Amino acid sequence: MSGLPMRGGPPKPFVDQEVRGKGVDDVSGINKKKLQDWFWAYLMIFPTLAGTIIFSIWPLLQSFYLSFTEWGAFGFYEWGGTVNFERMLGDSVLWQSLRNTLVFTVGSVPFGIALSIIVAVLLNTKIRGMSTYRTLYFLPVVTMPVAVAMVWRWLYNADFGLINHILRSVGITGPRWLTDPKYAMLSLIVVSVWSSIGYNMVIFLSGLQGISKQYYESADIDGANAFVKFFRITLPLLTPTIFFVTVTSLISSFQVFELIFTMIGINSPVIRHTQSIVFYFYRQAFVNMDKGYAAAISLVLFVVILGVTIVQFRLQKRWVHYE
Amino acid sequence: MNKTGRLVVHLILIAGALLMVGPFIWMILTSFMSLGESTRVPPVIIPSELRWQNYLRVFTSFPFLRFYWNTFSTTVAKVVGQVFFCSMAAYAFARIRFPGRDFLFLLILSVLMVPSQAYIIPRYLLMADLGWLNTLTALTVPGLFSSFGTFLLRQFFLSLPTELEEAATLDGCNHFQIYYKIFAPLAKSGMIALAIFVALWSWNDLMWPLIVNSSPLKMPLSAGLSTLQGQYGTDFPLLMAGSLMAIAPMILMFIILQNQFVEGIALTGSKG
Repeated sequence: MSGLPMRGGPPKPFVDQEVRGKGVDDVSGINKKKLQDWFWAYLMIFPTLAGTIIFSIWPLLQSFYLSFTEWGAFGFYEWGGTVNFERMLGDSVLWQSLRNTLVFTVGSVPFGIALSIIVAVLLNTKIRGMSTYRTLYFLPVVTMPVAVAMVWRWLYNADFGLINHILRSVGITGPRWLTDPKYAMLSLIVVSVWSSIGYNMVIFLSGLQGISKQYYESADIDGANAFVKFFRITLPLLTPTIFFVTVTSLISSFQVFELIFTMIGINSPVIRHTQSIVFYFYRQAFVNMDKGYAAAISLVLFVVILGVTIVQFRLQKRWVHYE
Repeated sequence: MNKTGRLVVHLILIAGALLMVGPFIWMILTSFMSLGESTRVPPVIIPSELRWQNYLRVFTSFPFLRFYWNTFSTTVAKVVGQVFFCSMAAYAFARIRFPGRDFLFLLILSVLMVPSQAYIIPRYLLMADLGWLNTLTALTVPGLFSSFGTFLLRQFFLSLPTELEEAATLDGCNHFQIYYKIFAPLAKSGMIALAIFVALWSWNDLMWPLIVNSSPLKMPLSAGLSTLQGQYGTDFPLLMAGSLMAIAPMILMFIILQNQFVEGIALTGSKG
């Protein structure tokens, strides 16, 4: 359901706008026209409202309940109080998954953002073939993660993979990328950065196009070179976009699952060193069938993501420039 | 920028593009290799012949056509459903004043804050209760509704001028007619953007299909391929051929609708 770089993003500030064009106000407040309006409004929002409540909001509330239940064999469960949350405290595998998720995030998000900014800035120089480059950089974004994982597993293959062939040709014996605990996480980070550059680049490009040319013209008059212009104009004026991309990238990075599921696999010897918190959640819920414990984990994930997002919104004043 | 500057920029971009496209080229090359060629040291780069039989083997080794149909049909249903339901709700939220409007909109929007894992278990249990496990219904129905889509299209409807519905109201149109005849056509670019997002998510989604459908005949391509990987783990020519066929429709859609793609993403990214 998630983990794609494209999914969602935080809700934008809710801007209420008066619905203009309302008819002449009736003194009694309610007239036939109004009732008709309401009828159509409720009818038109009904499918989305009902669908959202049935498939998301109500299940979310049930998750709260489930997180306080203990699951036994055959899917029977009973009230367990805070037992799941107590168990989490002592669950070293869970803590390791949380740490793996952090390592993955710290390794992939800043690196991915920096690279996509560089590509976007280079593409924004009115260079020829810009749209061709854009297409090529974007290809991984539209590619099914399972297929991405498949080709990278092949590239990383220790014996016949292209990467180790290339390393061998310069006299280096490549490691077993996906089964050596020292390299497995790095391998995942590389693929994650590779598949997210294109998406972030497109957002940065539109951010760059919103920067007024006047700034650059006056900088030219002052004789500023390209680096000064980049650090003094481009980067500060791009900070709102950087903020947006950071928030969404962190959210999707905290939910990484598919990459690990398809590249490492549940039976791999390095799964302990690479599984993310969502992967561990999946295992508990749908492999170990411990849905109460898994629900508790999912709620902790929710709180962590919410917390990180709130902290970012608090900190944005310190570094984000709004014109 | 001067000539050398431009050359340097091109060189950097070309190097980057090679890294981005390289895996795809390797995918294509491998898909034509024989099993022997794929495991030779030093490596074979160009296969000795175009072995289309690898592609044929994909269809004979596992129910690939069925996977394809499952992905295709559920994706079409979700795109049509979301574009219709979201745009209708978005119109009502943007252009009609009714009691509880802001509260209900925030309620729908609040789902965007929640990682899907936080409601996926009860959602799965609901599918089980309804008897929908291992059906395409389970893949489709929860995906017919979207907070994101409602939000995106509401923004579109808010930006349209008010004279539009005034004239229509005088003509005696009800709100559904106004939406259907006047507003929906005007929000076409927003709807296309949403359709693209939904198609992409639906086509590539893995976790939900893994959870609700364990029977191979009800799996979409993503789940099908990942189980396949377990069975044919080292037959890379076969896996590459299967992957290429699985990703081709989305890549084609992207190349055709490139500008709408880019505009759609820019739209979600603007005004953080």
